[in-house]
Amino acid sequence: MTDLGRVETALAARLRDGLSARRRVRGNELHCVAPRGDVAAVAGTLRAFGAELVLMVAADRRQEEGGFEVHYLFAHRENWFVHATVAVPPGDPTIVSLATLHYPASRFEREIADLFGIRAEGHPDPRPLVRHGFWPEDYFPLRKDAGTREFRDDGRPFPFQQVSGEGIYEIPVGPVHAGVIEPGHFRFSVVGETIIDMKSRLYFTHKGTEKLFEGRRPAEGVALAERVSGDTTVGHALAYCQALEALAGAEVPERAKHLRVVLLELERLYNHVADFGMIANDTGFAAAHSHCFRIRERLLRLNKRLTGNRLLRGGVVPGGVAMDLPADVDVTAEVESALADFNEIVDITLSNTLVIDRLEGTGRLTTGAARAHGVLGFVARASGLDVDARRDYPFAVYGELAFRVPVFDSGDVKARTLVRVEEARESVGLIRQAIGRTPAGPSVCRLGPLPAFEAAFSLVEGWRGTIIHWVMVNAGGVLERVKVFDPSFLNWRALSYALLKNIVPDFPLCNKSFNQSYSGNDL
Amino acid sequence: MTGFLLEAAQVLLALALAPGLVGLIRWMKARLQNRRGAPVRQPYLELRKLFRKEVVLSTNASWIFRAAPFVVFASTVAVGFLVPLLAVPLPFDEVGDLLVVVYLLLLGTFFLALAGLDPGSAFGGMGSSREMTVAALAEPTLAVAIFALALGAGSTNLGQIVGRTMADPLAAVSPGHLLAFAALFIVMLAETGRLPVDNPATHLELTMIHEAMVLEYSGRYLALIEWAAALKLLIFFALLGNLFVPWGVAATLTPTALSLAVGALLVKLVVLAAAVAIFETRVAKLRLFRVPELLSASFVLALLAVTSSFLLR
Repeated sequence: MTDLGRVETALAARLRDGLSARRRVRGNELHCVAPRGDVAAVAGTLRAFGAELVLMVAADRRQEEGGFEVHYLFAHRENWFVHATVAVPPGDPTIVSLATLHYPASRFEREIADLFGIRAEGHPDPRPLVRHGFWPEDYFPLRKDAGTREFRDDGRPFPFQQVSGEGIYEIPVGPVHAGVIEPGHFRFSVVGETIIDMKSRLYFTHKGTEKLFEGRRPAEGVALAERVSGDTTVGHALAYCQALEALAGAEVPERAKHLRVVLLELERLYNHVADFGMIANDTGFAAAHSHCFRIRERLLRLNKRLTGNRLLRGGVVPGGVAMDLPADVDVTAEVESALADFNEIVDITLSNTLVIDRLEGTGRLTTGAARAHGVLGFVARASGLDVDARRDYPFAVYGELAFRVPVFDSGDVKARTLVRVEEARESVGLIRQAIGRTPAGPSVCRLGPLPAFEAAFSLVEGWRGTIIHWVMVNAGGVLERVKVFDPSFLNWRALSYALLKNIVPDFPLCNKSFNQSYSGNDL
Repeated sequence: MTGFLLEAAQVLLALALAPGLVGLIRWMKARLQNRRGAPVRQPYLELRKLFRKEVVLSTNASWIFRAAPFVVFASTVAVGFLVPLLAVPLPFDEVGDLLVVVYLLLLGTFFLALAGLDPGSAFGGMGSSREMTVAALAEPTLAVAIFALALGAGSTNLGQIVGRTMADPLAAVSPGHLLAFAALFIVMLAETGRLPVDNPATHLELTMIHEAMVLEYSGRYLALIEWAAALKLLIFFALLGNLFVPWGVAATLTPTALSLAVGALLVKLVVLAAAVAIFETRVAKLRLFRVPELLSASFVLALLAVTSSFLLR
């Protein structure tokens, strides 16, 4: 980690008062406290090294520290992190905006402004993001003293962008849809059938998930993490548990690390198979859909054999796993057989010229737009961005396993479909390797005491993309603050750009090819 | 008098069979897609349910919205009187020929499109605009394709066209007939809102054509529209079956001939339903802007049919 040493020197030189409370954690993390006004300098210095802002977390520390804290997490592709903390006085709850430097910052800052009332000075677009119109003006739910309040319609219309001109009309869709899906409102500005603008209004499902973590014992948070987004049980549970383990400095047994790979890849596999079917169904090719759901069902039953739950709940626990490979089922053979089944459906579907005609060139997200929005996961890999946390920031035993990261350049629905197909195939390979190498031994370790008021985080490549959990416990050993980041938080916005110049009837197909989580986006 | 009774009976038979035909196609598609599928009688149950449910009307809806289901249903039933289902010739053959059939169907479509626009919802307008695009391209093909047959028969009277093909079986395999059949099959798919033009099974409002227009309807209004849509499908099947393969249609009104005609009609409906089910399972929905290409192709087929019928007359 010579690089991190150079980063440290450069940061200290750049800042007027230098960095205080510098410390190295786990070898590849530099934690420090930065003056509030110097955040832009920190970000600028780190950008010169190629590190990107991946997470911003606000915490209400008024009781212990007399103020708020905003934490900035920067990550570099060579697997090192800088975690900078800024103290924010309660009398002047403002921070310097990084929105013009890193797009993800603009989203995080708006979220923090809505939930903590900490405004970002110089933000180019400080509209509410998470804030619901029914919340009182001075209500900031993630502050420790927020309590419960009366909610009332404030009567203000939602500030949609108005597009006007000859022949332009608006189509409002949702938030209640004809299918059984989560709520989201999409407003299209259309000429004829061509979409010239689409604004999505999400955040109808604020459940206070992050608040629910607070005050719970760390082990109790797993069930909550598993429910952040129903289809990403393992992804979120693993990120949460790994963050706790990082905090405790615990070394997870090798056996558990291997089984965690199996669980995470099983989750990726069943979701990609289902998504492929649903994309085919949106082109009207229903036969592929029903077969993919048959295969998904097969995989869900296998999940149940492994963890006792079809969605793999209860598999990952702090310190290891709470499951074992069943003695009477050959998991490798079963997923390989399911993959052979899936491959056949993929061949039939992709050799149908009518299906391909619908997928090709539809919903194109250019590499530039994808990079600018900091998109993650298969959406990024379909638009030519070679990112994958399993390879870039290895966790569990991914560093020892062989797998390809499929990347396509075209950025259209077809690319997002093919990335899923390729990843499903890689997942089966990873499951085979992980099971083959799983050593005997304990599958869970004790975490030990968690240091109070220290930050720890973990990155996991869930099936949708990079998930980050950030945890802090208080002196009583209960959760003080947990920040959950689902890739949907950044990927949703890119959907609007992928839609431009497409036609209205192709929207469901584009949307399905993104398939972002409403629940993971709006915690 | 028997003729009029038979006309009435044939329309009642068509009304009774139509929901079952839709149910049969859905069931066949489900089996082809590896699903168990709802029973064939499901559409009857749905109609019964809808007729019992209350009607919810948009406050923006005018009399057009309330009248449209009746216009659509009545015009489709009227077409049922004019097409040869069981026997030829029938007394109503004198009332309307193929032009009347085509424009009665268009009348229904026109009112549905108006009703889609009437409540002022975004989906209805979207559906109406798309339906008009499709209808504008499909209707001429329908007329021209049947003209190809009319040229041979020397009459635009549907009963006479059937009679003429029955008298001259070789005409059924003439190029004009085959081309017209292909054109009419495509038009049938477009007019009855089936794949690859429209997807009758989708829940995605933004991709809908027919369903988007009728999204605002509920209760008995919706039942009438659904029933009329099923009847329209049956009428198209009957046209395809009886105009091109007229055997089985009763030429005399004897009980034997008539029961044979009912049997023949059922066989034709099942065969066509199977053809549609297989076709719909194998294709995907076309991108909306490719639909005009498909319909233009069907128009060219119809035009070729007329040309060859004229030259080979």
